[in-house]
Amino acid sequence: MWVEIGIAAIKTGAILGVVMALAGVFGWFERKVSAYMQDRVGANRCSVFGFAGAGLINTIMADPLKFATKEDFVPAGVDRLLHTLAPCVNFFPVLVAFAAIPFGDVLEAGGRSINLQAVPLNVGVLYILAMVSLSVYGVVLGGWASNNRFSLLGGIRGSAQMISYELAMGLSIVAMVMTYGTLDLQTMVRAQGHLIGGWLPAWGVLYQPLAFLLFLTAGMAETKRSPFDLPEGESELVAGYFIEFSGVKYLMFFMTDFIEVAVVAGLLTTMFFGGWQVPYLMRDGFHFPLGVTVALPHLLVVALQIVSFLLKVVFFGWLQCLIRWTLPRIRYDQLMGLGWKGLLPVSLANVLATAVVILAWQA
Amino acid sequence: MHPVLFLILAALLIVSALCVVLQPSPVRSALSLVVTLFLMAVTFLLLDAQLVAALQVVVYAGAIVVLFLFVIMLLNLRDEPRALARLGTQATALVLGSLFLLALIRFLVTPPKLSASASAATGMATPVSADFGSAQVLAERLFTHYLLAFEVTSVLLLVAIIGAVVLAKRKLV
Amino acid sequence: MTAVPISWYLILGAVLFTIGTLGVLIRRNVIVIFLSIEVMLNAVNLVFVSLSRHLHSMDGQVIVFFVMTVAAAEAAVGLAIIITVFRNRQTVNVDELNLLRW
Repeated sequence: MWVEIGIAAIKTGAILGVVMALAGVFGWFERKVSAYMQDRVGANRCSVFGFAGAGLINTIMADPLKFATKEDFVPAGVDRLLHTLAPCVNFFPVLVAFAAIPFGDVLEAGGRSINLQAVPLNVGVLYILAMVSLSVYGVVLGGWASNNRFSLLGGIRGSAQMISYELAMGLSIVAMVMTYGTLDLQTMVRAQGHLIGGWLPAWGVLYQPLAFLLFLTAGMAETKRSPFDLPEGESELVAGYFIEFSGVKYLMFFMTDFIEVAVVAGLLTTMFFGGWQVPYLMRDGFHFPLGVTVALPHLLVVALQIVSFLLKVVFFGWLQCLIRWTLPRIRYDQLMGLGWKGLLPVSLANVLATAVVILAWQA
Repeated sequence: MHPVLFLILAALLIVSALCVVLQPSPVRSALSLVVTLFLMAVTFLLLDAQLVAALQVVVYAGAIVVLFLFVIMLLNLRDEPRALARLGTQATALVLGSLFLLALIRFLVTPPKLSASASAATGMATPVSADFGSAQVLAERLFTHYLLAFEVTSVLLLVAIIGAVVLAKRKLV
Repeated sequence: MTAVPISWYLILGAVLFTIGTLGVLIRRNVIVIFLSIEVMLNAVNLVFVSLSRHLHSMDGQVIVFFVMTVAAAEAAVGLAIIITVFRNRQTVNVDELNLLRW
């Protein structure tokens, strides 16, 4: 029993470490991608004890260190408990959401088969939706606990935006659940391993391209990333619902933004792009379509799968940064109109069409 | 489920429910309700009800209490000076509440009798099948045996949406 | 690993239900009364789920599904009513909402 607890602890620790590192990497992407898109160099003034070489590591650590060492200023008249609680409530669900995302196939080590997924839930998709619903509280509390009219408005607008786009997100996930017939993410990823017509990997995006676009849009709106970042509005509202937070509290809000990027990227890869699947890689090696097989040791296969998962997550994080710096911010009424009058009917129609196709296929 | 774990959860549940009822600030009451709902979802998970636990967090904690918080914030309700009723009302409520609780407990201490048609191997100690409480089994039960209730509930939700929109709309002067 | 007997769950449900009832009786803020009603509904949900586990029948969980849905509908309509009352009377204290008193 202790061995199992130890294995679960190692898996959880590994996921937490990688997610925090990914958050730092996406923070660095934000600066560098925006810089190169705007034809400038970006942040490169960073050195540790005179050693300016490893720019990536310096820039990843510089932001968090800067915020962590600033003064924690609490404005007058706030409810202190809520002011301290809001960043924690914002931070907790997005970290925990990563527990249901599988990052590899089964690892055979020491006579045990370890499922490379922190918590093997058979309602994994619903668990992630639950954590996304809980992240609304951080915004609401951040706005309320600030004792500031404009923060409150920003908080209420932000949470209204989040609950509107949760619907479109949930319905696009429902279409994927219908296609694969399961709520368990590991089963969904395994089902994307077989080949269509003998050569095309059966990734989710080929079955549900519309659901992919809907989920990408709804995911970016849910996590309040540009072009949907009116509640945060850096150039207009300073920081919206988290104006009155400084120091470590601001760091938690800031990190949550990038961890949410990682969560949306993780979900996109898991449901639509095969998760940890490498094309043509089975448990014992490569099986290319023309009959060419390359046998590989088990540990190398597992390592390849984990690396493939990480690469796909980083790619989708980069894609989200790219979209952020391309599109202008949309107005609040346009945003709500897009959510309720645009994405929701389209995702409903997608679910209906999926149901019709599945029934026709079975007939 | 281990008794010690149950006792810890029970104590936390009772404390958070008391916080809901006794906190003078409405926002803190709502947040205590979120904690209560989350603990309840954990209890459901330990009772092999995985889908219901997930739905509890998504629907109850993630939507209903958010709606409560919205209304509290929109009406800008601060802490009120007279949060509780008069002392006489409080005393009467406490006495009646305790009597009610004692009556409930007296009837609940003996477990319900299993009907003759139920299988002999039921009870908390006997393990359930692997898919008990999963979405597939619940859906099968819901869409065959309880189909009429399901359809009527969807009409009920439609009525509630229309009612809420009509009631909360500002009259155009 | 010994199991928890069903009566413990039922007693916990009864205690939570009583706490909710006391909230409805003692508090004067309409929204907190509503929150206490939600506590009562959750106590009932706990009893249903624990009995479903005890009797190895999924019916209890299906009923919990319906209770949650009805609670959502009730919360939406109730809060709309509270908003309307607040717009007209500027208060949510039930002691002051006494126009129908004789």
